[in-house]
Amino acid sequence: MTGVEHYLSIFTKAVFIENIVLAYFLGLCSFLAISKKIDASVGIGLAVIVVLTITAPINWFLWEFLLDKGALVWISQDFKDTDLGFLKLIVFISVIAAMVQLVEMFMERFSQSLYNSLGIFLPLIAVNCSILGGSLFMVEREYTISETVVYGFGSGVGFFLAIVALASIRYRIRYSNIPPRLRGVGMAMLLTGLLSMAFMAFSGIDL
Amino acid sequence: MELFNSESKKIVSDPINVNNPISLQVLGICSALAVTIRLDQAIIMTLAVVFVLCSSNVILSLIRNYIPTRVRIVIMLSVIASLVSVVDELLKAYLYDMSKQLSVFVGLIITNCIIMGRAEAFALKHGPSKAFLDGLGNSMGYGLIIIVVSFLESFLGQELLRFRMVEQVMFYGEFLNRGMQQDMKILVC
Repeated sequence: MTGVEHYLSIFTKAVFIENIVLAYFLGLCSFLAISKKIDASVGIGLAVIVVLTITAPINWFLWEFLLDKGALVWISQDFKDTDLGFLKLIVFISVIAAMVQLVEMFMERFSQSLYNSLGIFLPLIAVNCSILGGSLFMVEREYTISETVVYGFGSGVGFFLAIVALASIRYRIRYSNIPPRLRGVGMAMLLTGLLSMAFMAFSGIDL
Repeated sequence: MELFNSESKKIVSDPINVNNPISLQVLGICSALAVTIRLDQAIIMTLAVVFVLCSSNVILSLIRNYIPTRVRIVIMLSVIASLVSVVDELLKAYLYDMSKQLSVFVGLIITNCIIMGRAEAFALKHGPSKAFLDGLGNSMGYGLIIIVVSFLESFLGQELLRFRMVEQVMFYGEFLNRGMQQDMKILVC
C-alpha cells in the first residue's frame, strides 16, 4: 500500500476499527459525563479533534528529537547512547496542558464565537485520557510524522462520532420507561457497552 | 493514637463501601474498564494506583501551603506524572511482560480522574496523615471494583468458551469481552 491509500487506512482504523473510546476505553470520564446534551457533546468532540491533531505531532517531534534513544545525535555524536525515554510521561502531559492553555487563549483572541462554544470544554480535556493515550499509542506504534497527524485527527473524529452517537441515543430514550435503578449512569454504561459491541463488527475488516 | 481513631477509620472505609470512587462517583473508569480483561493485570494495576495515590496525596498535602492556587493543576500533574514514571520504570525493570501487556495504561494513571480528584478535593485541604488514609481508602475502593470485575470477567469468558455457549468467533479481538464487562459492571454496582 502506498500513498493516499495507506493514510486512508490509518484514518479508517483510528475512527472505526480501533475507536479510541469504544475499543480502548479512553476518555470515558468526559464521555459519560458530557453526553447528556447533544450540543455540549458536539462541542467537546470538536475540541478533542483540535487538541489531538495539534498535540500528537508536537509530541512526535519531542519524542523523535529529544526523548528517544539516540535522538540527541543532532546535537553531537556524544549523545548516541542517551535515552531520555523515562521523561516521556512528564513531557507529554506538560505539552498537553500547555497546548490546551494556548489553544484556549488563541481562540479567545481570534474567534470569540468558537471560544464561547468550545471554551469551557478545553480545560476539561487537558486531563482526558484519550489525548495522552493518542500520544502514547503514537510512540508505541512507531508512526512517522504524517501518519501521526492522520492518526491524531482520526482518533479525534472517532471520539466525536462516539460521543455524539451516545448523546443522541440518551436524548432519544429520555422519556422511555427505564427501571429506576438504571437511570443515569447505569443506562449510559449499558449503552456504551452495546455501542462498543456494535463497533466490534468493524474489527473483521482487515486493512 | 491519632491514626487509629474512628474518624480516620471512616476516612479509609467510606470510599471502599458507601462512596466508592468508581461505582458511585464514576471517576477513573477509563483504566478500570480497560485493564479488567485479566485478573493479574488488575492486581498489578491496583498496586500501582495504591502507590501513586497514597504518595501523591501525601506529597501534595505536605506542600499544600506553598502552591499558588492558579498553577495548582500543573503542579499536581507534574507530581503525579513523576510518580507514575517511577512505577512505569519499576514495572519495566522487574515485570517486563506485564508492562508490555498493560502498555499505555500505566502511563494513563496520570489522567486517572480519581488521583486528580482526590488531590483537589482532599489532599490540598488536609494534613499528610489524613491524606494518606484517604488515598489508601480510595485506591482500595478502586482496586476492589476492578479485581471483582476482572474476576467475573475472566470466569465468564473462559466458561462460555469451554462450553461453546457462544460461537468462538465472537471472542476474536476481545471486543465482545469488553462490551460485556460494561454490562457486568452494572451488576456489580
